[in-house]
Amino acid sequence: MKQTLLFLSNLSKQFGGKTVLDSLDLEIYDGEFITLLGPSGCGKTTLLRMMAGFDLPDHGIVTLSGVDITQTPPEQRPLNTVFQNYALFPHMSVFDNVAYGLKMEKRPKAEIRDRVDEALAMVQLEDFAKRKPHQLSGGQQQRVAIARAVVKRPKMLLLDEPLSALDYKLRRTMQVELKRLQRELGITFVFVTHDQEEALSMSDRIVVLKDGRVQQLGTPREVYERPANVFTARFVGQTNFFPGRVTRIEGDRISVDVFGLNRELSKPPFRIAMNQSLHVLLRPEDIRVLAPDDTDGVAGKIVERNYKGSTLDSVIELEDGIQVMASEFFDEDDPAFDYSIGERVRVSWVDGWEWLLAEESDEPLTDEEELAADDAEH
Amino acid sequence: MRWLSRSYLALVYLLLYVPIIVLVVFSFNDSRTGYSWGGLSLRWYESLFNNHAMVQAMWNSLWLALTAATVSTLIGALTALALHRYRFRGKKVLNGMLFVVMMSPEIVLAISLLGLFLLLGLQLGYVSLLLAHVTFCLPFVVITVMARLAGFDERLPEAARDLGASDFTMTRTVLIPVIMPALMAGWLLGFTLSMDDVVVSTFVSGPSYEILPLRIYSMVRVGLKPEVNALGTLLLVFSLVMLMMSQWILSRSKQ
Repeated sequence: MKQTLLFLSNLSKQFGGKTVLDSLDLEIYDGEFITLLGPSGCGKTTLLRMMAGFDLPDHGIVTLSGVDITQTPPEQRPLNTVFQNYALFPHMSVFDNVAYGLKMEKRPKAEIRDRVDEALAMVQLEDFAKRKPHQLSGGQQQRVAIARAVVKRPKMLLLDEPLSALDYKLRRTMQVELKRLQRELGITFVFVTHDQEEALSMSDRIVVLKDGRVQQLGTPREVYERPANVFTARFVGQTNFFPGRVTRIEGDRISVDVFGLNRELSKPPFRIAMNQSLHVLLRPEDIRVLAPDDTDGVAGKIVERNYKGSTLDSVIELEDGIQVMASEFFDEDDPAFDYSIGERVRVSWVDGWEWLLAEESDEPLTDEEELAADDAEH
Repeated sequence: MRWLSRSYLALVYLLLYVPIIVLVVFSFNDSRTGYSWGGLSLRWYESLFNNHAMVQAMWNSLWLALTAATVSTLIGALTALALHRYRFRGKKVLNGMLFVVMMSPEIVLAISLLGLFLLLGLQLGYVSLLLAHVTFCLPFVVITVMARLAGFDERLPEAARDLGASDFTMTRTVLIPVIMPALMAGWLLGFTLSMDDVVVSTFVSGPSYEILPLRIYSMVRVGLKPEVNALGTLLLVFSLVMLMMSQWILSRSKQ
């Protein structure tokens, strides 16, 4: 039975006339790892700051375990935050940083010492208690920030892009470690990031945000495999958008024409009509690159090849100019696999792996969102 | 090329330090005139300390500098915090006015302060000196503290609040310790400014409270007495000790 821990109802916030949050509702369950994902300016940080109490909503209510905390100042909320650049107190030792929250609670000295030691042991920094923050590496500072926030045993831990300042390898290590911590402590984690890969690998649920509205709320698998709209599909992972046209509707099966190929698919949950255009979404890993003499698929030629270690990524240009991204796993025994640039191939996909979306009056990603999405892929 | 750059550097330092070295050396000179060497002696130090008016002026100056620096650091720190933290009408004007006080010729400040004190019927003495010194020290303190606050991580107060500190506790345990070096630098700056001010002090001091720079000035007017060398040497040692102390405190706070 999932219990609601934090409930955000109808939250709105404007900064200088610009709407940052737009009548947003969100329910966070006890003990889950939930990620707020979106490009910069989507409202994710503001949302987190409202949970912490640093920003107050213009409208709406925040309740924690059923108690209204909308106007409660941050020092009285049983939640703690891990800040983006750690915000460690530079004049205090690691020990004093971690002990700060307990000193504020006026705990006895012995208890403070035990609990700080325990928290430092949890993040493997027992030997660094006497150091000052500037004597630590970025990863170690990150651990201190986490220890400082969890030592108070909050009901909920808010993490504001905590890994964005770390290099790729360290980020992967910290991702695993954060997951371990969350399992061990059983605390609800609210994690803010613009890195979709991070969101997919760590979360129980993902909230995709854009322009202060929830675009999709679901498990990583739902968000990746069944994006609710074009924005989510574009922002989370790479996607090929193929133009499709409905040619037949029969019961819960429909036929869709894609590049002249007639594909039979199950009926999507939205309303469709004959001859309607829709998006046929295929992830690069769903695409099959076939030999030019194959009977299946659409003709095209390879314009880009990228060796990625475990996969080989290609861009194939179809005859009508559309570019298709394909990502294939290596099969060294398959001689046909190794196409070179300029070579003619055919493109197909496994039936049933498509995802249909209705056409919407959507704008393409802004430059900034494009950057954030690109950034997230590395 | 190497020796050229070295000797250039040496020349610069020589020009900087020769007057000071001459002053220190001649403070131990036994000769009555300041221009010929008559052997080592401490007689000018002795006569300095026997000069009651001089010793009194020294204490007056020290006390004035101490209080002026402290008061201006207190007011200046609060002003800097207000200018840094809050948005209010006239903030830019207030900020600009600091520079006006700093940049305007001292003589203008001196005349206007004197006019003000006379208008108010304030007797010229310690209080008028203190008010005047606080006035010209204040902008320096505010600017020093503001520079430190500009580099202050805005997340630190939030982190403290997040961990359960009230605004007051946060200020006491996080904000003030972090800006402490700037507070000390501002205080030292104020102390030094107050200690060697002549122009403003000439206008606003009264016969009841004589301070060192004015005393020296009046002494020198009737001819350079070797006592002044001794006094200068003492002041030099004093400021060296102050400088070393501030460096020591700063390096300790960094560890």
